[in-house]
Amino acid sequence: MQSKSLLNIALVGNPNTGKTSLFNQLTGLNQKVGNYPGITVDKKQGKCKISEHLTAEITDLPGTYSINPTTLDETIVLETLLNENNDSFPDLVIVVAEVENLKRNLFLFSQIKDLQFPAILVINMSDQMIRKGITIDIDALKKELKSEIVLISARKNLGIDALKREIENFENWNTEPVANISDKIDPVFFEAIETTFPEFSLYKSWLLITQQKNCDFLSNELQRKITTFNKDDGKIIKYQHKETVYRYQIINEILKKTYSVDKNEATDIRSKLDRILTHRIFGYIIFFGILLLIFQSIFAWASYPMDLIDVFFANLSELAKTNLPKGTFTNLIAEGIIPGVGGVVIFLPQIAILFMFIATLEETGYMSRVVFLMDKIMRKFGMSGKSIIPLISGTACAIPAIMASRNISDWKERLITILVIPFTTCSARLPVYAILIALIIPDERVFGIFNLQGLTLMGLYLLGFTAAISSAILLHNVLKIKTKGLFIIEMPNYKLPSIKNIFYEVVEKTKAFIFGAGKIILALSVVLWFLASNGHTKFENASEFVTAQESANNLPEKVLNKKIASYKLEHSYIGKMGKIIEPVIKPMGYDWKIGIALISSFAAREVFIGALATIYNVESEGGDFGTIKERMAAEVNPKTGEKRFNFATGMSLLLFYAFAMQCIGTLAIVKRETKSWKWPILQLTGMSALAYIVSIITYNILS
Amino acid sequence: MGDTIASLLIGEIGIIQDFCLDAIPLNLLEMGCLPGKEVRLLQIAPLRDPLYIKVNGSHLAIRIETAKQINITKLL
Repeated sequence: MQSKSLLNIALVGNPNTGKTSLFNQLTGLNQKVGNYPGITVDKKQGKCKISEHLTAEITDLPGTYSINPTTLDETIVLETLLNENNDSFPDLVIVVAEVENLKRNLFLFSQIKDLQFPAILVINMSDQMIRKGITIDIDALKKELKSEIVLISARKNLGIDALKREIENFENWNTEPVANISDKIDPVFFEAIETTFPEFSLYKSWLLITQQKNCDFLSNELQRKITTFNKDDGKIIKYQHKETVYRYQIINEILKKTYSVDKNEATDIRSKLDRILTHRIFGYIIFFGILLLIFQSIFAWASYPMDLIDVFFANLSELAKTNLPKGTFTNLIAEGIIPGVGGVVIFLPQIAILFMFIATLEETGYMSRVVFLMDKIMRKFGMSGKSIIPLISGTACAIPAIMASRNISDWKERLITILVIPFTTCSARLPVYAILIALIIPDERVFGIFNLQGLTLMGLYLLGFTAAISSAILLHNVLKIKTKGLFIIEMPNYKLPSIKNIFYEVVEKTKAFIFGAGKIILALSVVLWFLASNGHTKFENASEFVTAQESANNLPEKVLNKKIASYKLEHSYIGKMGKIIEPVIKPMGYDWKIGIALISSFAAREVFIGALATIYNVESEGGDFGTIKERMAAEVNPKTGEKRFNFATGMSLLLFYAFAMQCIGTLAIVKRETKSWKWPILQLTGMSALAYIVSIITYNILS
Repeated sequence: MGDTIASLLIGEIGIIQDFCLDAIPLNLLEMGCLPGKEVRLLQIAPLRDPLYIKVNGSHLAIRIETAKQINITKLL
């Protein structure tokens, strides 16, 4: 093997072994999240300095129990390890195991060894060995596994340096396989494999044969060769079974010689906590209590930083306007870019808080209990207990939520989950809700404790959830897809959450949001600004026309300027578009300005506020920049003299945003995850039609 | 019909005998649910499904229809 200055290291391991903790310790903040070519699973990579001369690029692969994948996430592991042409094809593999469940972890390790990678076994949580009464004869285990082994405690940062020192020496590691599967299963059959595929190691050929459908990366020629070779799927399944039994036999023999547990030392916090957290009454009470706490904090805690951000950007616009030389460029900055950036930044508090909660629940092991509690209920709606995590994540953003559905192995359950996620109240709806609620619902208390505005918000959350559940029932009955009902979930041990892991998770998710959705929002704000500040002849001559028209009235200059600006906006490009769709949105109680904001927010909901801000700012050119809330409150319907955002219009808008599918990012991800345009188109038309009808009914009842 | 994992009561232990290969996902085997292994029923979810079991050192939840496919002998 050649010496390289940049090593490719793959980090593999069972879920819940602390693989991510180790990754965070090795790479620190030198992490980046990319995409695997063609698919949208996050590829977490980070640079790590192994020694003076050696740097490694570490890829954190999704957690898996075996190289044989059952979910889409796990196929990544298979492909990374089998496809020699991928960028992250490892020079060496670190297998992270956990001290308590070494047996099952060694199953995966033995597969990696049989692929003949230079591989090292890292046993994590070794600091808990004494407490759990575990002893391991490391030297004997090294000999049996023909591998290097390092004991670490990733959370306490113990053993990391020892691991790096071992890696420096990786070229001398033993790469012999540990299990000779061919002898035990069918020597003749495996000999035939060896002669047919001389270019690969025996175990690799076997995996390619058994996992052909998961190996898109193979050349057509090789695909054909495999298909001709394998004519008997029944035999393959039988042999996979034999392989599994045989691997465990070997592992049990090895562990008998090297591993012992003193059962008396084992503490039993797990079963006590389980009894409470999965209790048929308390279990649900605790779960809903936690949900309530999450939503309460999103609304209560996030509102302070959000108000500050809102005011900050309003002031920044004003500052830019007064201090920069007058001209188109300044207008672009003050009216287009600054409100656009503000429209992105304002989400940060909510998204960060939500992801913090979700990461904490996953870290502690509680999430698996929720899956266990909810599975039967969710199945009545055609989903799985595992759908709970995507549905809760959906309250932050549908995009990562849809990606989180990848660990649902049943296709029908997964599809329904993907289709209904956009009904859950994502954080992009929150600023729209927050501002509309503040405008139309009085800030009063009912029964002395509940804040009326808070209650309305909770009502909207419930509404979104009800819509998701109802459409799931509908889809469950309509979709004719066979299900096998396969479902296995590990119930990991309870752990205290690691602040460091949660911090990295929150940073990574919010960063992904800012750079993903943020780009769209910013770009649209600028386009919108351009369309609002340019127009045809009537726009160009606005000043002369309005001055002439109003000359008899002798208006003060400020009022006159405002009239000119309004006239200009009405005859700008965007004004024309708004006027064109006005007849369609009139029954919902909206005018053409709201119409513009509505059109723009089909790209992303949160653009609604930014769009209104841009429109009103352009309109008040030369006038005062208030916060967006103040401007909306001041907006008047010229025909009735009433407030524009009255109760009927406000409610109609709230409900429209609750139901409509307005997010290009989500549609794109649904297309990629379902590999078809059929499903995103169904979402777009179905949800938007529902939203339109509900808004019209609401407006007409209330006004 | 003999006993299956689904006929265990909470706290009871059985030894896995056999199962129909087509009905059991490979990854359940890979997590250690194999003939000859001890399986203990730890909890049953509120609506009688899924089942929370400990087998071969792993703590897992499986659905009742999978549990019914795995034949066991009960240990007293």
